[in-house]
Amino acid sequence: MTTATDPRLNAKIPEGAIADKWNNYKEDMKLVNPNNKRKFKVIVIGTGLAGASAAATLAELGYQVDAFTFHDSPRRAHSIAAQGGINAAKNYRGDGDSVHRLFYDTIKGGDFRAREGNVHRLAEVSVDIIDQMVAQGVPFAREYGGLLDNRSFGGSQVSRTFYARGQTGQQLLLGAYQQLARQVGLGGVNLYNRTELVDTVVVDGRCAGIVVRDLLTGELQSHAAHAVVLATGGYGNVFFLSTNAMQCNVTAAWRAHRKGAMFANPCYTQIHPTCIPQSDPTQSKLTLMSESLRNDGRVWVPLNPGDARPAAQIPENERDYVLERLYPSYGNLAPRDIASRAAKRAVDSGRGVGPLKNGVNLDFAAAIERLGKDVVQERYGNLFEMYERISGENPYDTPMRIYPATHYTMGGLWVDYELQTTVPGLYAAGEANFSDHGANRLGASALMQGLADGYFVLPYTIGNELAPLLNKPIPGTDHPAFKLAEQEARDRYSRYLGTNGKRSPDWFHRELGKIIWDNCGMERTEAGLKQALADLPPLYEEFQNDLRVTGDGESTNQTLEKAGRVDDFFQLGMLMCRDALERNESCGGHFRSEYQDEEGEAKRDDENFAHVAAWEWNGDPMAAIRNVEPLEFETVHLATRSYK
Amino acid sequence: MTASHGEHLTNLTLSVWRQKGPDAAGAFESYRIDSISDEASFLEMLDVLNEKLIDEGRDAVTFDHDCREGICGSCSLMIDGQAHGPQRGTATCQLHMRKFKSGANIVIEPWRATSFPIIKDLMVDRSAFDRIIESGGYITSQTGGAPDANLIPVPKPVADAAMDAAECIGCGACVAACPNGAANLFTAAKVAHLNLLPQGQAERHARAESMVETMDEYFGSCTNHGECEAACPKEISIDVIALMNKDYRKAKFANRKEIARS
Repeated sequence: MTTATDPRLNAKIPEGAIADKWNNYKEDMKLVNPNNKRKFKVIVIGTGLAGASAAATLAELGYQVDAFTFHDSPRRAHSIAAQGGINAAKNYRGDGDSVHRLFYDTIKGGDFRAREGNVHRLAEVSVDIIDQMVAQGVPFAREYGGLLDNRSFGGSQVSRTFYARGQTGQQLLLGAYQQLARQVGLGGVNLYNRTELVDTVVVDGRCAGIVVRDLLTGELQSHAAHAVVLATGGYGNVFFLSTNAMQCNVTAAWRAHRKGAMFANPCYTQIHPTCIPQSDPTQSKLTLMSESLRNDGRVWVPLNPGDARPAAQIPENERDYVLERLYPSYGNLAPRDIASRAAKRAVDSGRGVGPLKNGVNLDFAAAIERLGKDVVQERYGNLFEMYERISGENPYDTPMRIYPATHYTMGGLWVDYELQTTVPGLYAAGEANFSDHGANRLGASALMQGLADGYFVLPYTIGNELAPLLNKPIPGTDHPAFKLAEQEARDRYSRYLGTNGKRSPDWFHRELGKIIWDNCGMERTEAGLKQALADLPPLYEEFQNDLRVTGDGESTNQTLEKAGRVDDFFQLGMLMCRDALERNESCGGHFRSEYQDEEGEAKRDDENFAHVAAWEWNGDPMAAIRNVEPLEFETVHLATRSYK
Repeated sequence: MTASHGEHLTNLTLSVWRQKGPDAAGAFESYRIDSISDEASFLEMLDVLNEKLIDEGRDAVTFDHDCREGICGSCSLMIDGQAHGPQRGTATCQLHMRKFKSGANIVIEPWRATSFPIIKDLMVDRSAFDRIIESGGYITSQTGGAPDANLIPVPKPVADAAMDAAECIGCGACVAACPNGAANLFTAAKVAHLNLLPQGQAERHARAESMVETMDEYFGSCTNHGECEAACPKEISIDVIALMNKDYRKAKFANRKEIARS
């Protein structure tokens, strides 16, 4: 195992004590004069929380910004579906919260596999995010006195989560979208909708721009810029069934990876404990029920396997409140990875509930008795309605049934402290990067990170990179590298259309997802991962030879779009399995059955694996090169993560 | 994973609007769905249809969709003449086949509104909504200058009312359902969200005026049919339109230099 630091993986963490690093950085960074900012073009791909906030703020500062989304409107990005809330170390409850505590909880929640410097900065700016979003008019929940309300979330012992009913992501995204829309109206941002990134272009080791495809006409276009930000989300759809939106994909990140951006910790994927179990084989998408439900819902299964009685007929002493029993101090608020494994084991032990025995109960009867139906309705009413629409059952009367599903990916493009990838001039923000959540993300931290990156980090760090480039020419779109990238993309899409095989892109996607879920899902083994790595290349070859895409390349063609995305998911899937196989330890969302203690808890190996694995493209995902960035813990003491 | 536990619907006929491009002539085409689980969502039924069409070497039906949780606002569809189909307060993606019966003939069309031109099949262009937001659907607050969040107390009933309006998902059902193709519910939901909040007061009248006038450039006029409220998947009340009209009227008369006195 190599542990030497690769010079390309220098995280550039500023000097000083942990609490001073970000201030020190800001005091030392180079600035671009306000009148000179308009001489710089910045491209932002993706308009979710990270992308919309970055594009709006960079335009406010005076940069020329081009923003791209494959949706019809920036407001559709999948950040919108986040339900529960956003963390911030405001300590408005006076319950002992602080920046340091949020920092520590995040490091611990990530099972000590995240970089201290980045995480501390995240905790510091979390307080600014709430101020900013309130000023923008986000209608957060309020107390009767008019001050902001908070709720608790998994993995924390303080109430630091701000929320807007069960639609916090929607309200935050609309806030960021409205700031972006304002800049579009003012001419600060050129917005390209229904346009998808198909390649990044690198000239002399620097990111020179991108090639995009107009999804209405199939036309390929090059765009040159001084800096490119990828805020393109995660890759959870590699599993086919996940809580991600149908169009979420890895293409932008993957195409950047193929052009030299290293891909970090792809095996760190998060399985969310509270989703509605699959009900039927044609299902294409799983639906999340907010983790906030675990504040008042109790997770249980029958004590005895095969007990098929309705929940109400099972007496208390024949119920197993799994999380309360195993983790008394956190109870139903244990972190996501831990709660998910507990649910999986309960179902695997034959005690699953529901017609397919594929779920566990999330019971609100005690909360309704304690608080009254009105209070429960006020807290969770819209979630209960959504559950009823999907399942046909009323959770006020019978417990919800839940089961874990893929939800978020902690891995992503490797970035340094400035959120710059290993390709200078190319940045990654939000879920697309790997930086802040280690091996497991805590609830209500994704919204925090997306907005931190976009509002409060990139606008500073991009200036530091751009300042020395003032008045220096950059390669234009007539540069041969752009023409080559366009030609490659044209060939790629022609190939999908011309294969004339028998199977649709969705068929391949479903088969790919099965292999990844079975072998690189909630529990992984050496044998399973090797099996996956043996099964994936032949399936990928079949994809290349037996794909059928109907329609043409000159008008809207969703089948063709899907083909390109599935192609990239195949390659990523192989890398994920390789990363999971090489990481001979269990940490956070990466649980290798070989590495667990007597009680079935994850067993880390800090001696050999306290590092980031950053994979380098080498022409074939099966041949990618594993590089290492050691993680240094100066402030936090490495400890076994316990929630008991 | 495993077989379905629900009932199956059989012998469905779908009449789907097919149109190759914005300027092409369109027509209904009929397709059969022999059997589908009643646990399937409406869009999963269309997924099944598309798989079948691709298997037969035909073009899949184009339709907008994404989150399938009723929140992104991508999905649309007039189902048997109703925006988002028969279930009240439910977007198409959350509609399930248990709301239909075996043997049914289901008519599926794109949003009907000249302000939302058809792109292909069931997909339409709703970017006029973005133009309305760009004209004033925001609170000007440059990143970095915000005061502490608790310095701006918002009474709970006010925050709740703002949130009721802010739940709009921008799907366009209100326009599609309106006999006039008016976008008043969409526009008023945003005006109400921001104009109710203390943070929104500085731009209150400018916002109402600008957004209403941009809306009028693209959409028809409201004549209080109320179809929009009935079609809205978030059940946003048409009361917000009254609020917008009041603010628009005031905007036309108010002396904005003296706004602090009102």
